[in-house]
Amino acid sequence: MSKQETIEYSVPVGDSVAQTTCYMCACRCGIKVHLKDGKLRYIEGNRAHPVNRGVLCAKGSAGIMNVLSPARLRKPLKRVGERGAGEFEEIEWEEALSIITARLAKIRANDPKQFAFFTGRDQSQSLTGYFAQMFGTLNFAAHGGFCTVNMAAAGLYSVGGAFWEFGEPDWEHAKIFLLIGVAEDHDSNPIKLGLGRLKERGAKIVAINPVRTGYGAIADEFVAITPGTDGLFVLALVHCLLEEGAIDTEFLIRHTNAHYLVIDAPGTAEDGLFARDESGAPLCLDRADHQIKPASTLGADPALLGSVTLPDGRAARPAFALLAARYSDAAYAPEAVAARCGVPAATIRRLAAELAEIAFNQPVTLNVPWMDTSGRRHETMQGRPVAIHAMRGISAHSNGFQTCRAIHMLQMLLGAVDTPGSWRYKSPYPKPIPAGPAPGGKAFLENGALAGLPLGFPAGPQDLLVDDNGEALRLDRAFSWEAPLGVHGMMHMSIAEAHKQDRYPIDTLMVYMANVAWNSAMNPGEAMRMLTDKNADGSYRIPFFILADAFFSETVPYADIVLPDTTYLERYDCISLLDRPIGSAHGPADAIRIPVLKPDRDVRPFQDVLIDIAGRLKLPNFTDEDGAPLYASYADYMVRHQRKPGIGPLAGFRGADGQAIGKGEVNGDQLKRYIENGSFWRHHLPDEQLYFKHSNQAYLSTAKAMGLIDKDEPITLHLYCEILQTFRLAAQGHGAHQPPERLRARLEAVMDPLPIWYEPIEATMVNRQEYPLHALTQRPMAMYHSWGSQNAWLRQIMSENRLYMNRETAGALGIADEDWVVVESRNGALTCQARLMEGLNPNSVWTWNAIGKRSGAWTLDQKAPESERGFLLNHLISEYLPADESGHRASNSDPVTGQAAWFDLTVRVRKASAAEAGQTAPHPGTVHAPFAVHNPENLRYGAKMEAAE
Amino acid sequence: MTSLPTPDPGAKKLGLVIDLDTCVGCHACAVNCKEWNTGGHAAPLPDYDPYGKEPDGVWFNRIHSYEAGCGEASRTVNFPRSCLHCENPQCVTVCPTGASYKRVEDGIVLVDMDKCIGCKLCSWACPYGAREFDELAGVMKKCTLCIDRIYNETLPAEEREPACVATCPSRARHFGDFNDPESKVSKLVAQRGGVELMPELGYKPVNRYLPPRQAQIQTAPRERAAEGGNKLLRLLDKVLSR
Repeated sequence: MSKQETIEYSVPVGDSVAQTTCYMCACRCGIKVHLKDGKLRYIEGNRAHPVNRGVLCAKGSAGIMNVLSPARLRKPLKRVGERGAGEFEEIEWEEALSIITARLAKIRANDPKQFAFFTGRDQSQSLTGYFAQMFGTLNFAAHGGFCTVNMAAAGLYSVGGAFWEFGEPDWEHAKIFLLIGVAEDHDSNPIKLGLGRLKERGAKIVAINPVRTGYGAIADEFVAITPGTDGLFVLALVHCLLEEGAIDTEFLIRHTNAHYLVIDAPGTAEDGLFARDESGAPLCLDRADHQIKPASTLGADPALLGSVTLPDGRAARPAFALLAARYSDAAYAPEAVAARCGVPAATIRRLAAELAEIAFNQPVTLNVPWMDTSGRRHETMQGRPVAIHAMRGISAHSNGFQTCRAIHMLQMLLGAVDTPGSWRYKSPYPKPIPAGPAPGGKAFLENGALAGLPLGFPAGPQDLLVDDNGEALRLDRAFSWEAPLGVHGMMHMSIAEAHKQDRYPIDTLMVYMANVAWNSAMNPGEAMRMLTDKNADGSYRIPFFILADAFFSETVPYADIVLPDTTYLERYDCISLLDRPIGSAHGPADAIRIPVLKPDRDVRPFQDVLIDIAGRLKLPNFTDEDGAPLYASYADYMVRHQRKPGIGPLAGFRGADGQAIGKGEVNGDQLKRYIENGSFWRHHLPDEQLYFKHSNQAYLSTAKAMGLIDKDEPITLHLYCEILQTFRLAAQGHGAHQPPERLRARLEAVMDPLPIWYEPIEATMVNRQEYPLHALTQRPMAMYHSWGSQNAWLRQIMSENRLYMNRETAGALGIADEDWVVVESRNGALTCQARLMEGLNPNSVWTWNAIGKRSGAWTLDQKAPESERGFLLNHLISEYLPADESGHRASNSDPVTGQAAWFDLTVRVRKASAAEAGQTAPHPGTVHAPFAVHNPENLRYGAKMEAAE
Repeated sequence: MTSLPTPDPGAKKLGLVIDLDTCVGCHACAVNCKEWNTGGHAAPLPDYDPYGKEPDGVWFNRIHSYEAGCGEASRTVNFPRSCLHCENPQCVTVCPTGASYKRVEDGIVLVDMDKCIGCKLCSWACPYGAREFDELAGVMKKCTLCIDRIYNETLPAEEREPACVATCPSRARHFGDFNDPESKVSKLVAQRGGVELMPELGYKPVNRYLPPRQAQIQTAPRERAAEGGNKLLRLLDKVLSR
């Protein structure tokens, strides 16, 4: 045997390491970035970081290839040819900023709402939203409207928290875990860490999803539900629990409004509202003395069933009585819903029995004493170890808000909210309901700013942003009667409505980090048409379009000005408690990004640019009394901006000595302290504050002291959502604020204060015989929420997609594996290849989203598999529903929140002819990068480092 | 031909345990492995036509997701595939130059790239498809078990594990010494019935795969729900008598 080679084991990873926050998706994991000779050597998870605890997903590990992408934009661009032709000239930053400033200054002086500002996967919404507010435009939103607003809104209006960002399962104590409508997404590493922990502990995982991939593949049980029927399925579980009496009545009375008396006076203005005393306190009926008294009375024994006559003679019933009557109806029996849901009745009954068994026979008890908001000391924390996580599959349907409400109702009935083993709040949540002030848009300050942030939380019809005719004030129609709780806005409608101009024209549309002419459009073909459409005089229908992005996406050719952004390793950023924090059930947390690399091209971080523009426009709170800019950069703003006295973008290391948390004066050394701490801050809650946060006195007091909430009063969960009922009463003709006639019936139906299930709207407007299959998308784990699947490593994992079909369904259509097929919807047709599988609801087809690229985009080869064999299902969707009898086309969205109803799509599939096969269609023409493309033939990344040693 | 070292009873037998009950098929291990190793001992791990028509490259770790079985009995399997560091590796014994070798001290199978002539006999010999040819350098490369991490004294002790193990988000990968019955990997294999792949070939792979499990919840036999008007009886009892 020859001698073994000598191996140098102890080579240092690099010559320096920086700790920052990943931005390859939305998870905001902590990373350690190793540099060698000034170049990226290795990115790994930060073991001390609360989000990912050292692990890192495929995207995060592929960050090097994003930073090196040949598709990076290099310099500001000004369009010189026709829109869409992709003809640009490179200009200096000064010219770009002068053009923008001049245009925006004019708009602000005349009619600020003609500036529409939509941001994509923006993690700086507390800045971008504030910019819009100070500018004075209500036309601002980020991408939540086409992502997960149904989950956020339903959660915030039901339990004061939400799945994903404002809540998480108790991975350490849950014994059964329902994963509803989640296969690969939202979120990434925390769910995987959690699933691993559940597996280690032997908990049961149930995946309720039409498609078995990713997380579903390791579930102990896979329930292949029919898309859009999750609400019905959950209400059937509720039916079973009611039948069994498996209800946590103690939890309901202590923590929810189950016992509040609801006025039963049909046809009157107060029907369905809570009965209240003179002080406005909701009432209950005390079973002990048969007296009606404030629902919060200590020591009362409130009735949950029955009926009572109020002192004014009207009848009233406890909210729970209404609930019990509704869901115990035979219409919600498993046998009645099984066929519609595609789930056998016996399965539903067994799962309900398992939930009841775990919740009530196998509770978790922690020996941790705590004090509730009524001053009662509890020696232990007892919990219902039923945890639930739900996301995209619920969210992306037009019945998603009410379905998500149903899931939260299930949690409340089981007493499984923020208890050991159940779903828990991520601090700074819970927040009171509604979770914040109403949206700004109607009132202005003297300095031209809106009186409130454009996105907010309506508490009733009075808070809607509508004109005297009840029509939408916002471009996207969020917070109108068409989407009353559109709390994330409706970015998916921005281009269509800006093009339609049926209320007022928009002058300038600015988009940040969203591919609105491709995969972020519900209908890319229409988006491209509308962006290039002209008026009779030859001017563009959407006059001016500014795009800020780091890469040459499909949208770049449609912009008039392109502002090149940096990558995530070349900038400061902040993951703020004012926006979308990274807190966990263990305590609030926030984080920063720091520049690890210097850009090698003439690009600027978008947030710096926005602050620069704000200074040039002399926007209030971005400039001083003399009009001089207040902030030199985003980093400066992160430290010195105060939203309220003592409260700024970063909650950690505040105060002169850096010791204050949450609230405290500005600390000039704050960023330094963050960097020393790994670019994040977190506050560890003591054990006594870890559960029952909605009624845990110590937690609520701590949260108030830190400025997370305004009052340390108990947060009552809304089993019965009275706010919804106020909209419903308006729809019935009551009150000063009235909806347009065309929306009355719909509002009366969908604004139900108790969860309901209804058919996804699109399905009721198309001929289901003609389009019998549901069509869904999801992103693969290696690309979920990522920005740039041009990544040289990730595209080796997946660069083309197929239409997945259930084997039997495909067989009946004569379709075999890899056959070319034509998929048709009411909105169009596409051609792609099919792949057959078993783990798929037979009435559904699906594909990977955002794999398909336009030829030439992202500087990929014109014949790249992404454009030859990849495709977007989006081409079959429309942002509008079919016209109703009056010819009106409503948004294809949830009627409560305006959430884009991507998953309502129905299609038919046939085998393609030989002439149709060979290339996916639609196949819009090739786009050309506005710079010289230098794609390397081969990559030998790392080789130089080796040679340099 | 290259001969195998005489087994030393005191030597380590390093390898991986991969938990198929927990692997969600996310490719985190594959990409982090790529990232580490492209600048590590076997650097680089080249990519061919990275922005072109047929993007391809060298990966020491590849993930296959596929379905097994039909209908109700079908399941989805996420299967990570990398070198198994066999005890009887034919990829070593077929090597005409001694480039491919099995280490005496820990059993890791490596390629001495200075000796490799790129004949690819080893990749034909390996039934597990674990060999990766660097077409630009003309040499064979493969999983090193992150030899430049596990013995790297510039790393804190807790980080001296392969990149794929350190990064795995669902903690489905474990690293250790199979010759130590008290090691985590030995215990996992014993407790969970870890299996070797294709044992019939006689290559004696060191890595083990843990088979999927199925958690179940036992519930008391329930009475058939009351029919007709008495449906709410139990609920009423429960709510009224609380």
